Amino acid sequence: MSSEARPFFAPVPKASGWRLFLKTVVARAYPRVIGQQRERSWLFFDVFLSILAVSAYVFVYRAIGAPEEYVGFVVVGGAMTAFWLNVLWSMSSQLYWEKESGNLALYIMAPNSMMAILLGMAVGGIVATALRAAAILLVGSLIFHVQYAVGSLPALAAVFLLTLAALYGLGMMSASLFLLWGREAWHLANLAQEPIYLLSGFYFPVKNLGFWVAVAASIIPLTLGLDAMRQLLFPSGAALGFLTVPVEVAVLAVLCVLFLVAARWLLGYMERMAIREGRLLESRR
Amino acid sequence: MSTPPIYQSTNLPKTLSAAWRSFRIATWLGWQIESNWTDPILFAIYSMLKPLASAAILVVMYGVITNGQFENPIFPYIYLGNAFYIYVGAVMTGVSWAVIDDREHYRTLKYIYVAPIRLPAYWLGRGVARFLTGSFAVLITLAAGVLFLHVPFHPARVDWPLFLLSLMLGVVMLALMGLVLASISLMIAHHFFLIGEAVAGALYLLSGAIFPLEVLPPWLRPLGFAMPITYWLELLRRSLLGDLARGFPTLSGFSNGQLLGILAGLSVLFGLLAAVTYRLCDHQAREKGLIDQTTNY
Repeated sequence: MSSEARPFFAPVPKASGWRLFLKTVVARAYPRVIGQQRERSWLFFDVFLSILAVSAYVFVYRAIGAPEEYVGFVVVGGAMTAFWLNVLWSMSSQLYWEKESGNLALYIMAPNSMMAILLGMAVGGIVATALRAAAILLVGSLIFHVQYAVGSLPALAAVFLLTLAALYGLGMMSASLFLLWGREAWHLANLAQEPIYLLSGFYFPVKNLGFWVAVAASIIPLTLGLDAMRQLLFPSGAALGFLTVPVEVAVLAVLCVLFLVAARWLLGYMERMAIREGRLLESRR
Repeated sequence: MSTPPIYQSTNLPKTLSAAWRSFRIATWLGWQIESNWTDPILFAIYSMLKPLASAAILVVMYGVITNGQFENPIFPYIYLGNAFYIYVGAVMTGVSWAVIDDREHYRTLKYIYVAPIRLPAYWLGRGVARFLTGSFAVLITLAAGVLFLHVPFHPARVDWPLFLLSLMLGVVMLALMGLVLASISLMIAHHFFLIGEAVAGALYLLSGAIFPLEVLPPWLRPLGFAMPITYWLELLRRSLLGDLARGFPTLSGFSNGQLLGILAGLSVLFGLLAAVTYRLCDHQAREKGLIDQTTNY
């Protein structure tokens, strides 16, 4: 080591601007991805048990003599439930949990952007959940011999990524709303499971709910995302689809921008409000 | 030699007294936690929406494929199985969630450990609130089926003693299964807080809740016959539907008495399993220092 080495008390070069933003994203995503690798029980709880739950709906369709394509619809819907659960419990209600555990105040005190924290949560969540969803899709497809007829792989990939962007945008937006709630947050997230499975058509084509119900349900990006993916994955998907794929893609793109902008605005607003009303350290138990 | 504390006593009356006290207080605490976060009206809506949506998923799936043939005997089979299955998720989650809630949310598990209580009795008590809200959800779901979907229900034809006995035995069996999960929860991270619902979702497949076991591949059927929930749901269907329920071949060779005997036997087995699992997991959690861990990543 040279004698001109930096003395130990010299200031550490600090990241700022977009470098700090990126570092924050990576730092918040890191524990999500690594934590999952250290806690291997997710393979059992999140994949194996999920496949069994999805299988139940497959066998209901078989018991009532449904066409085989419906089995594929269930497998794809079942895989996407992993993302919805992740958004609900690890995005929307995460800031509430961070507040309860005392991390939220640290996030706000630290010289970083809260948007970067949320984005890091989203990126980490997407990576970790994509593994689970892929496992459910793969195993489910193999077990039930699901036949896919992918017309355009780039279109499918684009719809999938756009759906995730809009979905996690919704998660980032609702995280700020949840910040203001106490124990209601937990119950409201709990409430948003089965009703959303129903309204977004996780296990059947959403078209069957009627036009206006499907339109209302389209505010959840998974509604149109799932519908578009099924249209691109199955031969009869287009006939059972709600809107055409280009229209659904356009709506998803609008939702994506809308949710991300709203997330940024709401986060600032809620943070100011929470600071003003002294709710950042509040723990209503 | 000093006298052991009351909660470690080998004296049966004292042990039962400590267990009852733990159960009673935990029941009150669980109800407060479950219900006092909002006003009663919102709480009632919340308790109704989730099970009704769950039932509606099956109704839509069935309606889409059969063009709304709700008079077919398979429909009440599916609908009633699904309605009573609400208890499975509610009771198992209610009992097992208390571990994560106390450890990571309220951070009181370590204090509960040093308090003079019987932990399994405490967990069972914490599950009572979910049992009560689950009962409300079952009632609402059944009422919706009878009123809007022509699910056959004639109070005069219901075998009420069989229904009440089966229901009671089944809830005890579910609580014991919840205890097994609660013990396992001592050793897992907080993001598996839905362990009760996840296991309930998995058993949905194997218990013949929403389709006869004959639909399953032959190699999976033995697992279905090993599940106490299978016999419990069959007993409930028989008590409510009578001959209509006997039309499905899965358990038609068994009398009601035999089914009750199997259910009681399997419940005892789960009781033993719960005791062994608790001892093992409690020991491991203490050894590894997991009693006060937080895993919020």
